[in-house]
Amino acid sequence: MATSSQHKSLSHEIKSVRRAAYFFLAPALIPIFVFFFVPALAAFVLSFTDFDIYSLSNIAYARFVGVRNYLQLLKDPLFWKAMTNTLYYVLVGGPLSIAASLGTALLVNSKLIRFQGLLRTIYFAPVVTTLVAVAVVWRFMYHPRFGLLNYALGFLGIAPIDWLGDPAWAMPAIILMSIWKNFGYNMIIFVAGLQSIPAQLYEAARIDGANFWEQFKSITLPMLAPTTVFVSIIAMIGNFQLFTEPYVMTQGGPVNSTLSIVLLMYQQGFRWWNLGYSAAIAFVLFGFILLGSLLQAKLQKRGEG
Amino acid sequence: MIQRLGKFLIATLAIIIAVVTLAPALWMLSASFMSAGEASTFPPKLLPSRMTFEHYFTLFTRLQLSRYLVNSLVLSVSVTAISLFFNSMAGYAFAKYRFAGRDRLFRFLVAEMVIPAQVTTLPLFLMLNKVGLINTYAGVIVAGMATIYGIFLVRQYALSIPDSFIEAARMDGASDFRIYWRVILPLCKPILITLAIFTFMGTWNDFLWPLIVMTDDSMYTLPVALANLTGEHVQDTELMMAGAVITILPVMIIFIALQKYYISGIMAAGLKE
Repeated sequence: MATSSQHKSLSHEIKSVRRAAYFFLAPALIPIFVFFFVPALAAFVLSFTDFDIYSLSNIAYARFVGVRNYLQLLKDPLFWKAMTNTLYYVLVGGPLSIAASLGTALLVNSKLIRFQGLLRTIYFAPVVTTLVAVAVVWRFMYHPRFGLLNYALGFLGIAPIDWLGDPAWAMPAIILMSIWKNFGYNMIIFVAGLQSIPAQLYEAARIDGANFWEQFKSITLPMLAPTTVFVSIIAMIGNFQLFTEPYVMTQGGPVNSTLSIVLLMYQQGFRWWNLGYSAAIAFVLFGFILLGSLLQAKLQKRGEG
Repeated sequence: MIQRLGKFLIATLAIIIAVVTLAPALWMLSASFMSAGEASTFPPKLLPSRMTFEHYFTLFTRLQLSRYLVNSLVLSVSVTAISLFFNSMAGYAFAKYRFAGRDRLFRFLVAEMVIPAQVTTLPLFLMLNKVGLINTYAGVIVAGMATIYGIFLVRQYALSIPDSFIEAARMDGASDFRIYWRVILPLCKPILITLAIFTFMGTWNDFLWPLIVMTDDSMYTLPVALANLTGEHVQDTELMMAGAVITILPVMIIFIALQKYYISGIMAAGLKE
């Protein structure tokens, strides 16, 4: 009898724990389900339809068209242009930005320097600024005649560059600005990584007579490898989502030299209302991000093993 | 001698980088006080010949910047308050309640984090359009009411709270919600402050989603209004700089006041991996 009543109270307790857990989870999980999970699934379905401006008034006008949107993407020169530009941004901008982060992390972590806290704050400040406002400011910094950048370069004997007007320079200009905007973030993560390297390693190396460069090559770099992998992949995922910079600074021009995948998605979806086609672009973006995340998971597992 | 030279070189390099980092922001501030046309001269002027507040005045009178400032504030404060409340409850439940399927559910949520927000924008727009939430505060808020990342951060932090604290409160007859409110929330304060800063700044600086949801001029947030103004006032450099100052100033103040929490939050996020 006793065991049965114990059993009863135990199952009662499990029920009440479950009820309390659901009470705490529901307010967060319901919105995530309705406003994130369902739309993500719906976007997948949408990408197989010809949903357009007519379907907006009456959904009955939308039809399933199979993989037609994806096939059309492959034939769309604008899509390939956006792909190439985005890859340019990811493959050139990403490594440069990480190099800047690592360099400044070494600098603010160096024992040879004073005011480390102040320097760290200054280097980090661009990270918290509003991207739209920054893009507005840099548009004027890049002005070929009145901009501060060309003026400064003039002192080095460099002729004025039409940063945002020349198709060859527009993407480098966007990369330069985003390095300025973002390097502080990864700098902080690198500083955390540097501080976790045991000081004894450096002491031992100094006793062996290793100079700064040798210490950097044989201790700092290998010890920072996991951090670097982490930071690179997070940066890559973020960089694939390039949108605000070209939207504000160049509208994707000149001659589509800064058109990115997300900008193309936005234009197709919210300017021309080709929502089916736009959803297909969104899923190509998702594919790349998924690939990056899987790569990260794999590299991390290898790092642990 | 060599060490002193190295010290000098490193300090010089650090200062040069600091100047380059500050230059765009300082120039923005300076140009916002120049009289119209003064920023478009050659050679570029670094300081205004005469300080003027006329652009700030124009922004707040003729261009209704206060309207956009209010929109940005209302949205950032509501999203931060609501999501902090919901995320902390869910994070606590995932950390401290044992129920069937908990770990599976949590792993599923974390896996969902790879879906970029841009993917959801098109159907979400259609949904909100259907129920009449386009052009409303609610339209922006619903998308940020709870985040998987926020739940994740709170859960990781709450895991370190000893069960004995919760048991002791339960012995005293405290209800589940009371335990959460009176015991868990105060103990989670550092992570909640970090999360609040992340959320506030993220919402304030966000561009794509308010750009899509707010189709009417009067509902624009500051970044959307600023992007729109640059199209119309491309020649009014000084005016645009004043607009950029107003947009950046609130987040800058929060950052400088609370940077300890902000930076330790990023360090924690980076180290965990």
